[in-house]
Amino acid sequence: MRPVYMISGGITKFAKAHPEKDFRLMVKEAYDAALQDVPDLSKDMIDGGVGSYFSDHFTRQLKAASMAHDYLGLCPKPSKRVEGGGATGGLCFQSAWEAIASGRMNCCVAYGFETMSRVNTWKGNEFIALASDTNFDFPVGGFYSGYYAMMVNRHMHEFGTTVEQMAMVSVKNHLNALYNPYAQKAKRLTVKQVRESPMVATPLTMEDICTMSDGAAVCILADETIAEQVCDRPVHITGIGSGSDAMRMADRPHGKVPLLPHEQESDYARLKYPGVHSFRGGRMAAKLAYEMAGIRNPLEELSFVELHDAYTSSEIQTYEDLGLCKYGEGGRFIEKGIPFMPGIEYGLPLPDQGRFPVNPSGGLLACGHPVGATGLMQAVFAFWQLQGTIEKHLDSPALQLRDPRRGLIHSHAGTGTYITVSILERT
Amino acid sequence: MKHSETTGKPVEKRQETNGPEGAPLIIQDHYEIDYRHSYAQDSPFFVGLSEGRLLGSRCTGCRYMYATPRAHCMECGAPTTWEALPPTGRVHTFTVCYYGGESFLKETPFLLVLVEFDQVNTLFLSRLKGVPLEEVHIGLPIRPQFSDTPTYKVTDVWFEPIDRS
Ligand SMILES: [Zn+2]
Repeated sequence: MRPVYMISGGITKFAKAHPEKDFRLMVKEAYDAALQDVPDLSKDMIDGGVGSYFSDHFTRQLKAASMAHDYLGLCPKPSKRVEGGGATGGLCFQSAWEAIASGRMNCCVAYGFETMSRVNTWKGNEFIALASDTNFDFPVGGFYSGYYAMMVNRHMHEFGTTVEQMAMVSVKNHLNALYNPYAQKAKRLTVKQVRESPMVATPLTMEDICTMSDGAAVCILADETIAEQVCDRPVHITGIGSGSDAMRMADRPHGKVPLLPHEQESDYARLKYPGVHSFRGGRMAAKLAYEMAGIRNPLEELSFVELHDAYTSSEIQTYEDLGLCKYGEGGRFIEKGIPFMPGIEYGLPLPDQGRFPVNPSGGLLACGHPVGATGLMQAVFAFWQLQGTIEKHLDSPALQLRDPRRGLIHSHAGTGTYITVSILERT
Repeated sequence: MKHSETTGKPVEKRQETNGPEGAPLIIQDHYEIDYRHSYAQDSPFFVGLSEGRLLGSRCTGCRYMYATPRAHCMECGAPTTWEALPPTGRVHTFTVCYYGGESFLKETPFLLVLVEFDQVNTLFLSRLKGVPLEEVHIGLPIRPQFSDTPTYKVTDVWFEPIDRS
């Protein structure tokens, strides 16, 4: 495999609705923003593209990626669409990586979008729930927030996780986004306000759940030759991994934890895994990505994580899948302040504030979740973070970490059915 | 695909105030469709519900028992046989939904439960009815109830607490 670099990225502002732009124009805006940062990259150096969008129902246009591809002027270069639910963007990023690593392409554009504003929020929830088993799951309630609520109720039962700990994730991510002009829903919240917002599915409130969005994001990946030629500070993609689980939560086994190098079997002697409290596919994705990147203790060897926080609860569950803490310790991990940003006042007592920032960008909870763009958006924020260009791109230095060396991005579908983890390193 | 009378009707009056191109034109565009859906190899499960029986799948190879049916085992790949689930189960986890997908909004608040059964390796997703919302807890003993007027959907079965029914 050849080394693969990210050389540029672009994002549109994520918004509840962009009626003045269709998906083609949104992708074009993100693409042009990415090209602006690599002026020496000419069109003849680009070998092809991979398009990413989740739902044909939202778009009401099959083969929409073909239309984005022609709008970008990339025809007749190779193109395809990647789809994998909420992990669509992460899978698209890895598909572009594969094109470069294999030698098939020297430069590949990964572009993603979603236009969720075409239907009302509750019809949108129905479209998303069609990505659960339509014989056995959808007819019973057809509601992803309900599925996640059941999972976190079991997490609380197994480990003592609290709703206040979950609310702290919401406070953190919404407040980080105050410094991110691309974010859809930035605000200062208190734990009390999160708990008092309307209940959606016990124990998840409106402020525990990300919103639907319109938006697009683009990542440009290249081999070493092009990266050196056109980019001052390319970022090396040193590890990729992905995992899966059964479509129906009800089918998940109750077995043993696949261990990371810093864990021992005795840590989980009594834990039945994954059940419905944990994401086995996330653990698999992390394990594979860490093996490729040579990471043995993620908390010590990574600088930050951008993860798929569609729910406050799934951020806590994901700390554990990624091995940032042991299974069962996710609630205390946030309570101690570890994943908060340094140097920002959250109005909470946080003894270990800023030790290991998670979702500096504000994550899905605050940036929004235009599904096909989301995983690529995370890559762009991580790229800017590692390049040290956060201030240039966000007009504020508040979210720029000091001297970050290695970041992790995590994209997640369904109730954990497809999950990707990619490791990015400063060069 | 059937188009309704609303098709093609602008939903907002187009404003010409945003420069020469004006604001985007937005129209209402209805569509609906009927599918011919086959339950295929899972059909006996749905027929079973209409006859008041809740069937799971037992692996003929490794004996793994699935509460939600599948014709082949995920563990070893062998075919499964139909086997009745135990007459009672317990709440493995639950939630009260105050919102839902559009077609379920009128039923809110409703209770979703994952049901666990003794000696069965996996769970079953269902609705829990006939219990005050605040009395539901993990471990609550429950049993299936069946619709007298089956619609051949998985909702032909739901659960109720044992001591109340
Ligand atoms: Zn078997």
